[in-house]
Amino acid sequence: MTPADQLATFGHVSYDMAHLIGAVILMMSFGLLYQRRLTAVIRIYSFQAMVLALAAAWQALVQDAPHLYATALIALLFKGLAVPFALNWLVRRLGIHRTVETALGIGPTMIAGVGLVALSIVLVLPVTASAAAMTRENLALAMSVVLLGLLMMITRRNAVTQVVGFMSLENGLILAAVGAKGMPLVVEISVAFSVLVAMALFGIFFFRIRERFDSLDIAYLETFRGERQ
Amino acid sequence: MTAFFYGLLHTVLVLAAAPLITGIVRLTKARLQGRQGPSPLQPYRDLWRLLQKESVIADSASWLFRVAPYLIFVAVWLAATIMPTFTTDMVLTPAADLIALVALLGTARFFTALAGLDTGTPFGGLGASREMYVASIGEPAMLMVIFSLSLLTQTTSPANMIAYVLSGHIGIEVSVGLALAAMVMVAIAENGRIPIDNPATHLELTMIHEAMVLEYSGRHLALMEAAAMVRLLLFMSIIASLFFPWGIAFVDSGPMAVGLGLAAWLAKVTLLAVLLGFFESLVAKMRVFQIADFLGGALLLALLATIFLYVSEAV
Amino acid sequence: MIIGTVLAGLLCLALVALIFQRRAMGAVYAGCLLGASVLLGDGIYHLVMAGHEEIPAVVLPFGVPWLKAHFRVDALSSFFLVAINLPAALASLFAIGYGGHVPQPQRVTPLFPLFLFAMNGVLVADDAFVFLVSWEFMSLASWLLVLSDHTSADARRAGLVYLVMAMFGTFCLLPAFGLLAGPSGAYGFAAMRAAHLSPLAGALVVALAIVGTGSKAGLVPLHAWLPLAHPAAPSHVSALMSGVMTKVAIYGLIRILYDLRGDVGWEWGFVMMVLGAVSAALGVLYALMQRDLKTLLAYSTVENVGIIFIALGLALAFRDHGEVALSALSLVAALYHVVNHALFKSMLFLGAGAVMQATGVRDLDRMGGLLNRMPVTGVTFLVGACAISALPPLNGFVSEWLVFQSLFKAPTVAHWAMRFGVPVVGVAMALAAAFAATCFVRAFGIAFLGRPRSEAARAAQEVPFPMRAAMAIPAVLCLCLGVIPVTVTTGIANVVEPLVHVVLSPAVLGWPWLSPVSLTAGSYSATMVLLSGAGLMITTLLVVHRFGTRAIRRAPVWDCGHAEDIVNAQYSADSFAQPLRRVFGSVVFAAREEVEMPPPGDTAPARFRLTMTDPIWTYLYGGIVKVVDAIADRVNPLQFQTVRRYLLMMFLTLVLLLLVVAVRQQ
Repeated sequence: MTPADQLATFGHVSYDMAHLIGAVILMMSFGLLYQRRLTAVIRIYSFQAMVLALAAAWQALVQDAPHLYATALIALLFKGLAVPFALNWLVRRLGIHRTVETALGIGPTMIAGVGLVALSIVLVLPVTASAAAMTRENLALAMSVVLLGLLMMITRRNAVTQVVGFMSLENGLILAAVGAKGMPLVVEISVAFSVLVAMALFGIFFFRIRERFDSLDIAYLETFRGERQ
Repeated sequence: MTAFFYGLLHTVLVLAAAPLITGIVRLTKARLQGRQGPSPLQPYRDLWRLLQKESVIADSASWLFRVAPYLIFVAVWLAATIMPTFTTDMVLTPAADLIALVALLGTARFFTALAGLDTGTPFGGLGASREMYVASIGEPAMLMVIFSLSLLTQTTSPANMIAYVLSGHIGIEVSVGLALAAMVMVAIAENGRIPIDNPATHLELTMIHEAMVLEYSGRHLALMEAAAMVRLLLFMSIIASLFFPWGIAFVDSGPMAVGLGLAAWLAKVTLLAVLLGFFESLVAKMRVFQIADFLGGALLLALLATIFLYVSEAV
Repeated sequence: MIIGTVLAGLLCLALVALIFQRRAMGAVYAGCLLGASVLLGDGIYHLVMAGHEEIPAVVLPFGVPWLKAHFRVDALSSFFLVAINLPAALASLFAIGYGGHVPQPQRVTPLFPLFLFAMNGVLVADDAFVFLVSWEFMSLASWLLVLSDHTSADARRAGLVYLVMAMFGTFCLLPAFGLLAGPSGAYGFAAMRAAHLSPLAGALVVALAIVGTGSKAGLVPLHAWLPLAHPAAPSHVSALMSGVMTKVAIYGLIRILYDLRGDVGWEWGFVMMVLGAVSAALGVLYALMQRDLKTLLAYSTVENVGIIFIALGLALAFRDHGEVALSALSLVAALYHVVNHALFKSMLFLGAGAVMQATGVRDLDRMGGLLNRMPVTGVTFLVGACAISALPPLNGFVSEWLVFQSLFKAPTVAHWAMRFGVPVVGVAMALAAAFAATCFVRAFGIAFLGRPRSEAARAAQEVPFPMRAAMAIPAVLCLCLGVIPVTVTTGIANVVEPLVHVVLSPAVLGWPWLSPVSLTAGSYSATMVLLSGAGLMITTLLVVHRFGTRAIRRAPVWDCGHAEDIVNAQYSADSFAQPLRRVFGSVVFAAREEVEMPPPGDTAPARFRLTMTDPIWTYLYGGIVKVVDAIADRVNPLQFQTVRRYLLMMFLTLVLLLLVVAVRQQ
């Protein structure tokens, strides 16, 4: 059976499941914005990566594209297990205390998050009017996840949570990629490796920042650079 | 005629079953804490005992203090009669919709807070102030849940919503999931359960609901307790009937279907009672000013549920 | 005509009051009561007969020579005649008992009939000239009433702000009418209806109308005069200013937008909805922070005006998208809320007046325990508080229910701004409704319940009969309007049909179910709810008294065993609002609490200080005042020039003008 036929067979259920999984990923992004504790943030990120793996697996089933199973496996192993493990190790090694101060309060952050979701829906839906419904909505959800990842990066002051925000942004990009038909494995491997490189770099930077300032609060960087007294 | 009979049966049933449900919640919590726990029929005995005792009223209290428990109980009971439980063929079904239900619960809360203020003690003011603070964010969240559900089902009447859901127009709908999450959060807040309020506390700084009924005794206290029990059953019925409506009978269903509806409803609320007991044992109570974040989250979840309806193009 | 006779009678009453001063006070107010009642009856008659008779119109030979004065009483005018003269009659009745207790009665009594005269004049005007003259008369009369207690600095300040805002409002309405009249100067309303406007002129008219009438109605951010002026005026006048004058402004808006201008785009409806949502949420948030009972009520008016604007905006948006039935529904909701608010807000202000007369205080923190001492006032205030918090089965719930039903249908309009904007407006309105309930639990609970917090409250006495009657009648009416919603909506439908050009089918308005959209979309039957409630109450009473004991024992309050005689240990108004002040007030009002604790061993008391700033007053009004001051400073030197400089200026202006003429001639 051609992929189109298989899509037709699954029909409404395939659409609903993809919609559901995408929505769970978006809810995890909101959870990342809501949480103040570092260990909880890393845990939610790991769940998000696992659900992303589930999304990739479901798309592999629906689109009849076996290479997406590999994508799902990579997402599960690297992003769902390895990266959170590494981050937890970093947190224990650095001994940084668990509470995270947000630059903006939880309330305004959540309101900004909902606004960004509305913005991505308003942008994506009219532009992709000719594409299939599942793709359009996947794209809208993915863009929301990307914007929320960015929001998390700018509303946090602790470097570890900023990194987690960057990672969740990357999750959104992968979600968009699996939604569109025909993403080659090469792209996925390169993306995964770039993530690992970024992790290593961040780890090095954490140690350097910590050595220099005895803290991971980037407000100290600003003082050092003379932007703040 | 059957509509009248079923309506009457429903009214009696919600009142009769409410103390049992509260008893099941307490039993579950007790067992999880390693205790034997009271029998689930204990709340009935408690209410009976309270009815027999004389009511002690403060010298400075006004007539509002004496009248309020009756008004509160009737408002909550009336709200409970609006929500279908085992059948949608009830006489009061077209008389009020979900917005009226929210407003009736608001009436009950209005008079509970006033009764708290009438005592002239700091505890009453404390309870009233916190209760209205929780309601100021919880009631809008509930209204937004109703908004998103009504956008989906094109109606605000619970009977018609149930009919819409059962007719299969809705698949696995994310908005309904989000609305359910928001509804559960609001239900916890409205009923004063952990993590918002501790219904079994003796410490005034952790009280919300208890502080308002501190001065009541005898039959007035019985009415306030009964109102709280009926309200808990009402919210469980809302969650069971609106989000998991399978089993509910319709107009012109035979007695078999109604019997099935009764059994299904009892099973659902018992399950919800046990789940509530589990949940309350697992979570700690929040600080008072974290409640705003919690309920604000519920409000935003409900708003997201509305927005998601546009994404899934179900609207 | 009857209306003309009554209006002339009101003018005579003003004259009588001026001549006879105190001796005629009771007679003057009784005359106002009579006049208002006659106008009320006339309004009801015309409302009932609307559609079955010729619309009465008359042209009188005074005023501007080529224009003369046109008067007309159509369905909209008659509805507002009812909405305005009912509270006016109640206020006059109240004043028969209260009038002697105001600070300067000789300054109030002559102006009261004039105020009524002017408000009714606006309603029956059929050309721009009569409308604006009556509008100005209304502003001036109420301004003088605000200034009646001229010895108080607060009242003087309130008068200044009110005068500036009223002038600003008229300043916006004048060009609006001018644009509607067009270059031919056709100021009659009939000509304005038929005229066609260019898009720019049309947009300007709508914007100016919204700003001009909004400033009089109390729309944020033009509301700043309300909480200053309404408390400064005597209570029966505050009732009229808050409950009735704001409705005259809404009448003006409806007249311009729906009748005269006609074709208003949905974007303006969206703007009105957003402004209304902001007013509703902010207004009640302000009200929650107030300790003065009358200021609290004034801010609550801002909230209710916001709700009316939301409904009016929805009506415009629906109409422009072709959903005429839903547009009619929203307009019915708006008009229902107009009459409801006029009724219960007047009742609440009259109650506040009664409390002020009995205790002499306006501060909530000095009251308490008044329910036992002033039973009738207490019950009517409770009914008003329940009505304004939209509790069934009273009237406030019906109009808010109708507005919510229209809001829930609004996303059928396909534009993205409406689809995303309406849920946000819904959140704002739901928040406003919840805050309003909190606000009135606080107002009623602190003022009337608990133990008296001051000697004045302990010594309070119930007010005389006319005042009690003036409060009891609207309480009964609130219940009636809540229980017969279908009759009221049928009446309002007569008003709405000519404005929206639709005929609402009787099935939609069938008795006893109020089903505005359709029977499946949601219905409410107040009679059924009331009857069921009564049935359940009887059952409860029977069961409790059959199976339980009826014994009651009175004892000192238990208070967890900590009973103290310190009445100020009770919650105060500030304490009650503290959680909401901390969550919302810290963001909107920059509310900060400071506690100064003396060092241990020092017997000085600890001090609690609360600071809040009003952002709109500080930034918007303060900003404008700063700019005006700066300009005035720059221009000031022009006052102090020498004679030669002035001659030089005149000469230069003349030469410049001649140059311009010369250049244009080329």
